[in-house]
Amino acid sequence: MNRTLSIGRRLTVLLAGVAAALSLLSWGMVTSLATQAAVRTQDNVLAASTTTIAETLRSEQGEVRLELPYAAFAMLGAISEDRVFYRVDAGGTMLTGYADLPVPPDVTAGQVVFDTGLFLGATIRIASVTRPVLVGTERVAVTVTVAQTRDGVKAVTSEISWQAGALSVAFFFVAVALSAFAVRMSLRPLNVVADAVARLGPSDLRPLLRPAPADLAPLLDALNRLMERLRLSIRRSEDFIAEAAHRVRTPLATVRTQAEIALRTVTSDAEKERLRRIIRAVDESARSAGQLLDHATVAYRVEDLARDRLDLSDIAAQSAAGLEPTAAMRDIHLKLDFACAPILGDAVLLETAIRNVLDNAIKYSPEDTTVSLRIRRSAHEWVLDILDQGPGLGEGPTEPLTERFRRGTNTAGVVGSGLGLTIASEVLRAHGGRLDLKNAATGRGACVSLIFPLA
Amino acid sequence: MRLANLSFGLILGLGMLLAPLIVPSLAAQEVEDHQFFPGDSARVLRVLSTTDLAVFAPYIRAFQAERPDIGVDYTVMSSSMLHQAIRGGMRADLVISSAMDLQFQLVNDGFARPYRSEQTDALPDWARWRDLIFAFTTEPAVVVVNSARFHGMELPTTRQDLIAILRDNPDRFAGALGTYDVRDSGLGYLFATQEDRSTDVFWRLNEVFGRLGTQLYCCSSQMISDVATGRLALAYNVLGSYAAEELARGSGGRVQVLRMQDFSNVMLRTLFIAQTAEEREAAGAMVDMLSRLALRDAPGMWPLPPLNPAVEGPSMGFGPIRLGPALLAYLDPLNRRAFLTEWENAVVQQSQAR
Repeated sequence: MNRTLSIGRRLTVLLAGVAAALSLLSWGMVTSLATQAAVRTQDNVLAASTTTIAETLRSEQGEVRLELPYAAFAMLGAISEDRVFYRVDAGGTMLTGYADLPVPPDVTAGQVVFDTGLFLGATIRIASVTRPVLVGTERVAVTVTVAQTRDGVKAVTSEISWQAGALSVAFFFVAVALSAFAVRMSLRPLNVVADAVARLGPSDLRPLLRPAPADLAPLLDALNRLMERLRLSIRRSEDFIAEAAHRVRTPLATVRTQAEIALRTVTSDAEKERLRRIIRAVDESARSAGQLLDHATVAYRVEDLARDRLDLSDIAAQSAAGLEPTAAMRDIHLKLDFACAPILGDAVLLETAIRNVLDNAIKYSPEDTTVSLRIRRSAHEWVLDILDQGPGLGEGPTEPLTERFRRGTNTAGVVGSGLGLTIASEVLRAHGGRLDLKNAATGRGACVSLIFPLA
Repeated sequence: MRLANLSFGLILGLGMLLAPLIVPSLAAQEVEDHQFFPGDSARVLRVLSTTDLAVFAPYIRAFQAERPDIGVDYTVMSSSMLHQAIRGGMRADLVISSAMDLQFQLVNDGFARPYRSEQTDALPDWARWRDLIFAFTTEPAVVVVNSARFHGMELPTTRQDLIAILRDNPDRFAGALGTYDVRDSGLGYLFATQEDRSTDVFWRLNEVFGRLGTQLYCCSSQMISDVATGRLALAYNVLGSYAAEELARGSGGRVQVLRMQDFSNVMLRTLFIAQTAEEREAAGAMVDMLSRLALRDAPGMWPLPPLNPAVEGPSMGFGPIRLGPALLAYLDPLNRRAFLTEWENAVVQQSQAR
């Protein structure tokens, strides 16, 4: 299969990308907000300082008077270790301060104006406030300007930026871990469905009826439709085979009857032998057709298995009775050793299974021998042993014998389709049991055990 | 009277540009003392300082013990002269002064070069500002008295006590009081302005000083020796470095150093590496050594006290004067002129400058 990147990994990578973008964004925002806050703090203190100085402005004896309050400078020292510059101008003349200190150009009365500039080689933040002072009859605009270097702002900003950066990195890793977890959690239903599909038995074509998330419903529906089609298609071919077998069996019966009548009428040994061969071949064909029919029946009935309360010994006895004439023809004695064994299942299928196994046993048994049927109980199971005194199962593993059209290594000279054990095995599997094949402990003959769970 | 109520007028339209600082024109461009301590190489560390040569010489010798290759050129000036010299672009590597405000203004105005090392990082926050200026001593302002002149009285412990004693005994103390001439002494101005800010009896005390005819001095050492000889009964706001204490110990109880309980200024002696410094590495080494000594546990044999506020005793309860832009407030020419006018009105009217 051509594999592409897993959904989980793809989602995790995508979410990690989103987390990285968000981390970067939050870092940028925190840094920018911190810068704004630091700038605003400095502006507020500068404004307070200029206002404090401006409040001392007054006119006395025709002169502008002022003082620089200690607090106006102390408050500037309180927020950061920044250098401080100031000047006071009255009507275009500097009263005191640093003569080269730039003053913001648009100073309107009563409002604190801020500006950023350069002074003595350092970036400074400047706050300026203008207040009119009445000197005599003349209004004089007095401007108080206080400036401070911006190192404190830079220090605060860079510190917060570092912290925000560290936090963003931590946030990123937590987000990635959480999204990996979330991805795994959300993909769990998909994996559950995939597991359920993978766990389906080789011939289990029942629809998957487990609850699934809405997203998976189309997939599940499509899968179920596919399985339904497959099931129908298999059913059709089984029907076809059953129909074919049935149609073959009827004319075969006619041929056999005619051949038997002919056998009684002819006298030549050669012709008798020829007719016997015909009858044997017809028998074999009828048997194969019967097994094909059986197989189709099994495939059909297993799909919707009946769970009737049954007694295994009844069914086994019924099967034995059905084959009694065949066995008697070859002087084979059927020995039954039954006890009541309640099981749940489909009587027709069970009968078919036991008949096929027993038929096999009779077929491979030499004349004048015994085939024993015995029901015993092991820990959790009923076991129906069918023992014959035939050649056994030969060497090698026994499991392949239950495959379709597979025959034992030592079956030369005996006709057979290879379907008998397959049918029995499928029936038992449908009933939750199994077929156990082994050579008899006595060293002669085969022992086939049909094992059922207790009812 | 407080500065908060103080105002200072300036005639408009005068068109006059004020220098950032009005420098008192005391001792003309004079160097008070100078000595060259030769080293093994041609490298010379130029130090401009307000600290007396005798006081600082042990530090220079200790420095040269560590760095024999460096010669030290040590020049002593008054704090205002020093301030003016640096402002005027005089070349120096290291600037040491007890006038915190003037030092701070130089640093604020960009005359200092940043320096940072393990030693400077070890200094407490209040003893450095922006890796530019470093304090290496804490020295309180004290009152030095000649106990013979206080015979039969209790020695004052607060300014209120002092005012009461002086008022009640004008005859005994007339002309026998000494304090800094704050017009000349940068340190005196710093102490006076900080007291103005911190205690409301400052101006009342000054009025009393003025009425009693107070002697005005430029320097601590002269005041202390005049107290020792009995010329002065009391010297107010003397820098309480070890010199005063030592003199008091050697006088057999004649001279006593008093710490006012209501409030006491604590000055930081500071240094910085000048922007014009050429021997930066050597200057840094000196800063490191002084910072290390500033944090020493035992006072040892050094002439200046270490930087430990705990040494000052629990009764103080005041931290040292804060290194910060607030120091600029009193240096403003308008404020300074207003303060000096006020001070002259209180003290000088009836006093005579020495």
